[in-house]
Amino acid sequence: MSLPDAELLLADLAAQMRPHMTPDTALVGLHSGGVWVAQRLHALLGLAQPPGALDVSFYRDDYAQRGLSRDARRSSLPFDIEGRPLVLVDDVLHTGRTVRAALNELFDYGRPARVELAVLVDRGGRQLPVAATYCATRYAPPAGSRVKLVQDDGRLALRLVQDQE
Amino acid sequence: MKIHIKGGRLIDPAQDIDAQTDVFIAAGKVVALGAAPDGFHANRVIDAAGHIVVPGLIDLCARLREPGLEYRATLESEMAAAVAGGVTSLACPPDTDPVLDEPGLVEMLKHRARMLNLAHVYPHGALTVGLKGERLTEMGELTDAGCIAFSQANEPVDDTQVLFRAMQYAATFGYTVWLQPTDLHLAAGGVAHEGEIAARLGLTGIPVLAETLAIGRMLQLARATGCRLHLARISSRAGLMLIDQARLDGMQVSCDVAIHALHLCDVDIGYFDPQCRTVPPLRAQFDREALRAALADGRIDALCSDHTPVDDDAKQVPFAEAEPGTTGLELLLPLTLAWAREMHLPLKLALARITSDAARVLGLNAGHLKVGGAADVCIFDADAPVRISRETLRSQGKNTPYLGRELLGRVSATLVSGQVVYEAPARH
Amino acid sequence: MARNPQLNKHGELQHLLTTEGLPRDVITRILDTAEPFADVAEREVKKVPLLRGKSVFNLFFENSTRTRTTFEIAAKRLSADVINLNIATSSTNKGETLLDTVDNLAAMQADMFVVRHASSGAPYLIAQHLEATGRDHIHVVNAGDGRHAHPTQGLLDMYTIRHYKRDFTQLSVAVVGDILHSRVARSQIHALSTLGVPDLRAVAPKTLLPQDIERLGCRVFHDMREGLRGVDVVMMLRLQNERMQGSLLPSAQEYFKFFGLTEEKLALAKPDAIVLHPGPMNRGVEIDSAVADGRQAVILPQVTFGIAVRMAVMAMLGGGNA
Repeated sequence: MSLPDAELLLADLAAQMRPHMTPDTALVGLHSGGVWVAQRLHALLGLAQPPGALDVSFYRDDYAQRGLSRDARRSSLPFDIEGRPLVLVDDVLHTGRTVRAALNELFDYGRPARVELAVLVDRGGRQLPVAATYCATRYAPPAGSRVKLVQDDGRLALRLVQDQE
Repeated sequence: MKIHIKGGRLIDPAQDIDAQTDVFIAAGKVVALGAAPDGFHANRVIDAAGHIVVPGLIDLCARLREPGLEYRATLESEMAAAVAGGVTSLACPPDTDPVLDEPGLVEMLKHRARMLNLAHVYPHGALTVGLKGERLTEMGELTDAGCIAFSQANEPVDDTQVLFRAMQYAATFGYTVWLQPTDLHLAAGGVAHEGEIAARLGLTGIPVLAETLAIGRMLQLARATGCRLHLARISSRAGLMLIDQARLDGMQVSCDVAIHALHLCDVDIGYFDPQCRTVPPLRAQFDREALRAALADGRIDALCSDHTPVDDDAKQVPFAEAEPGTTGLELLLPLTLAWAREMHLPLKLALARITSDAARVLGLNAGHLKVGGAADVCIFDADAPVRISRETLRSQGKNTPYLGRELLGRVSATLVSGQVVYEAPARH
Repeated sequence: MARNPQLNKHGELQHLLTTEGLPRDVITRILDTAEPFADVAEREVKKVPLLRGKSVFNLFFENSTRTRTTFEIAAKRLSADVINLNIATSSTNKGETLLDTVDNLAAMQADMFVVRHASSGAPYLIAQHLEATGRDHIHVVNAGDGRHAHPTQGLLDMYTIRHYKRDFTQLSVAVVGDILHSRVARSQIHALSTLGVPDLRAVAPKTLLPQDIERLGCRVFHDMREGLRGVDVVMMLRLQNERMQGSLLPSAQEYFKFFGLTEEKLALAKPDAIVLHPGPMNRGVEIDSAVADGRQAVILPQVTFGIAVRMAVMAMLGGGNA
């Protein structure tokens, strides 16, 4: 089974989301792949609000085991989230732990009206009760590998990489 | 008791001997070297083959912590440490509690030491009462009680008039005055050699000037009073140069250096190792090189261990709060041998600094194995390793930067007045 | 010599004791990590959950409300439980040794000690003791030891400089004042040289300079006007009250005349030079109010950045133990 084409998935994801977007809706991408996807979706959907970006390093539940991520970056939400409909955007949905961390972080900024989740790929393997509102495809990578989104010359593509551990 | 020390390499600097020579001992004295006297029947033969036989070592400065500081060490523990280190005679400074400024205290110390029947103890009397630098002690009475010189230990005499008079008085009777040259005010609050290391570590420095200024003052006072002066534990190259100059000018002055100052310098403080806090402070590397060379060529007369047992509680504190000093009696021989090895010095020369030269500085008829002299002997294996550890040190003070290290030069037996007072445990 | 006790066997930060010998990539990582922490204070909830359930003990053997408060805020914003102990006035005066105190608190399941002590090297003693007794899951942060080091202050100053000036390798920096007694100056100087500042100047009278300061990589100036000429950054140091009289300096007035930072002296620096001060300031002694409140002063931003830098340090130390 070959990897899906990320650009096609992106168009499909935008099509799924378009009917549900409101003038107030803002996208929030999760570092780093989710931020790329959110930027592209923002253009495709023609949203008014600039997309936000979250780095969930400070909210990860593996901090006690693995320590602080070596490349913690700034989160930026260039809009007031109070009462606003939000869509969290990530490239690949796996255990659901990143989404949990993102929800926790998000609520430290305020109380949004609604939070939805959009992902390019759902690879299964959930460890938390999390489901995507919008999902372009399901794809389970072979054992010992994972799906990674790369950005090359403005185009998105999926790659299979070996798990480090 | 007649003892025959057989097959050892005798090194006796006082007699210029370095050769395989048997030593014969009877009634506490050396009765013959080389061939047995007629009719000599040894009660005991000590096999010294492969070992070196030297006069018992003489330590110019070892603190026994009695009276008053028995929680740090006792006469029993420190005298055992002395003989385990091959030291058969030692001079102790008067900084006990109370200070050795009364004849009764000195007599008690001498008496306690005699009862233990280990090394010979030669107390230094306090130069001023309570070492406070104000009033003179009864130097005559103290001499009669057994003091062989007068000292301020590490306490300076701030009042120059007092020091001048104390030296005048000592000169009247021909007593030697021992002073550790440090200027009270320049050293105030200081804990380390003033230089790059102290600057980096944020430790208050003691400048070399604190030593040179004090040496200059002491030399001038000695010249003016005619007092015999011994400068204890020189630490700097600049200080040595002042002493050299004084000698060129015809002054009689002697000096010593502490054994740790030959091997360590301020860099060894590392990350605030309180074991490297000493008085005077470990100085720069080039000072250490100058001290090593000066001891080799005789400009420094002798070595001392500056043995200062300190309890753990007083060392397990931040550097500046740590009690200064290192334990030294059991390191004197191995560290002297290390200095000799590193400087490529003949053993006879190196060992002179802790035997015959030390005896000369103290004015003792000791530090030699001449026929008729006291049979104080140290027998050691120069190539055998000794592990310096809490378990192996006999001194109650386990405070040394060498803890956990292995040094070469293991004492196998020590004799004091013809009695075997120490024998190394059998090795497996 | 012993291994640098602030790095573990993988070369990662185990304790923060000094900026000396801290590798450039470790310093840079601390500064990088501090940036997202700076944003946390802007949020509705000024807290992240990293140190939830951890106990941070502020062990202050020397009083300093200001420093203690910044560490307390930083730890609380990381969701740690913070226990403040002012020991300057309590147990050590009753004969309990420093290490007894540490053992007691370690037995209360401490995860981190933030240590302020009047003696240089005290945090090393604690770190070495924890390691020797097999409790290396407890981390030590030096919050100022004697004249030796105040690494979080040094790092927050680096953060401040980077914030305004970006590239350390193009800078002229002058450290001005009582360098002899200053742990802050030492931490600044080591960090600045590690970060590649090519022109590092120490400006002070001879009585307030340590011997061999040049060996730390500084050029020494006794004339403040010369020392400030063309610099990008002026780092002022606090002059402790007790130094102002006696044999180090004749008076605060004379000190201000020669070494106080005035607008007139600051005009010799680059027009966009910034002025730092670790606080609390002695206005009219080391710094003129016109400068302290002027457009070139970044003294209040330093305070804000200080919280983020301390959060970064604690977050880097506190994780990865399980």
